[in-house]
Amino acid sequence: MTQLFSIRLLKKIPYLIVLVWALMAFTGLFVGDEALEVQLDKLLATADAQSWLGYDELGRPIFDRLLMGAQTSFLVAILVVIFSSLLGTSIGMMSGYYGGWLDRVVTKVIDVFLAFPGLLLAIALAAILGPGIENVVFALVMVGWVGYARLARAQTLSLRHREHILAARAFAVPNYLIIFRHLLPLILAPLGVEATFGIAGAVISEAGLSFLGLGVQPPDASWGNMIREGTRYLLVAPHLVWAPGILLMLVVLGVNLLGDQWRDKLDVRARPRKLN
Amino acid sequence: MIAFLIRLLGSVLFVSWVVGSLVFFFIHLVPGDPVAVMLGDWASPADEALLRTQLGLDAPIWQQYLSYLAGVLQGDLGQSLFYQQPVSDLVSERFPYTLQLALMALMVAVLLAFPLGYWAALYAGKWPDGVSMTVSLLGVSIPNFWLGPMLILGFAIGLSWFPVSGATQPFSWVLPAITLGTALAAILARMLRASLLEVLHEDYIRTAQAKGLSPTQVYAKHALRNALLPVVTILGLQLGTLLGGAVITEVVFDWPGLGQLLVDSIQRRDYPVVQACILIISVAYITVNGLTELVYAGLDPRIRAQT
Repeated sequence: MTQLFSIRLLKKIPYLIVLVWALMAFTGLFVGDEALEVQLDKLLATADAQSWLGYDELGRPIFDRLLMGAQTSFLVAILVVIFSSLLGTSIGMMSGYYGGWLDRVVTKVIDVFLAFPGLLLAIALAAILGPGIENVVFALVMVGWVGYARLARAQTLSLRHREHILAARAFAVPNYLIIFRHLLPLILAPLGVEATFGIAGAVISEAGLSFLGLGVQPPDASWGNMIREGTRYLLVAPHLVWAPGILLMLVVLGVNLLGDQWRDKLDVRARPRKLN
Repeated sequence: MIAFLIRLLGSVLFVSWVVGSLVFFFIHLVPGDPVAVMLGDWASPADEALLRTQLGLDAPIWQQYLSYLAGVLQGDLGQSLFYQQPVSDLVSERFPYTLQLALMALMVAVLLAFPLGYWAALYAGKWPDGVSMTVSLLGVSIPNFWLGPMLILGFAIGLSWFPVSGATQPFSWVLPAITLGTALAAILARMLRASLLEVLHEDYIRTAQAKGLSPTQVYAKHALRNALLPVVTILGLQLGTLLGGAVITEVVFDWPGLGQLLVDSIQRRDYPVVQACILIISVAYITVNGLTELVYAGLDPRIRAQT
């Protein structure tokens, strides 16, 4: 009984992490100018009563900068997932539903996008567009939509000859209504799982781009560029790298765990297998 | 089999051509005048005109495209603006380092993933499973630009077992390879566990057990070999992530590979080099994926028959 209870409690931890992340992002709105203010007397200082995590190389309080970084990563992750899932799902569903030449073109385009290794396309786009948070979002959407498109297409292909779709067609229901009302609800669940993993991917990619100096630029804070600036002071002040790194890891871990949980819940095929 | 090979080769060539064309149009996607962006605000009109002729940007676009394709086919990738030497020299100088890093990371990943995944599958649902899956989930979640500095702090500065950065000293590849290989190891271990669990339910495993084979023979010979199929596919696909991650890892460890050249060139606005790096890394990735399909077909006769 106690073991069951502890497992159920353990399963709540990912939700707690995501909640804390969202709260940090929200509090980031109220961080005042002191997070940007250079205080040379507090250069690389350790913790004091005002800032529990000490100060960075320009004497800015690290805790406040972490909140701003949380805001950046949260905003980027949400925007990237919304735009890339909308774009990818609509392209994938149309391609799977209508078939024919449209489908052939879309699958070729997907192949070409998949031919660029992961982060490289985002790096290339960020290089063309220049740094900045909106360009990071754009670059990550361009990389991210492919996954949703592939998934939505495959799901639509497996569903399009189901009886209820054929019945709707026989009643001359317009195609857009069939797609929205009869197909979309059935494929939302796997897309949701994909989106959860997409959040983890977007958080790590944003931080990666910012780490390379191609994403969010100082004085704006991102966990990635905090690590980038911190590595230069690794010997004197390792907490500059510790703090944003652990937060980043926890958020990615929490979101991945959430995705795992949801996927296991959805995977009806896996459950009876374990029984026999 | 021959039809399969031809189709595979055709698709590799087609995708490489499209990627190459995209990389060509890359320079035309730069907002504004690429020459003005490269030279900055203080350039004289004469300098700008000179660079425009040097890059061939004054010719009509189809002519530029044809001469670009002809150049790439002959191994001519243009002239670096920063180093003032052929891009192909720069790239061929850096490529072996990236290849070495990727192979070493792959080795680290396989060495970590196989014991972890195998162990987890044998004791599925018990504590070793929990331990190894937690370890692998941590591996996926640790960003390599954080793991890298932490490894430097621990093993290069704290214990001084390995050099901090660069590629000149012996064993300097160890820390970068571990940094790059961890994430791949984690994914592989999870995949191997899932695949092994699936295979262990098959009838031929029960047959092997029933005819009295030792557990080692059943697991290592009958189960593992069949479970390898999906793992090989994932391995090929994940090499792309490895190459993307190599960019970050190379920057962290100051490793003189293509990734670092790419990031430096982006900051120097040395666009011919940027184009070449993206082209080379992508084509390497496409080729690896093609080879993966070949290995896959070699392992599984059903794939070959499908053509």
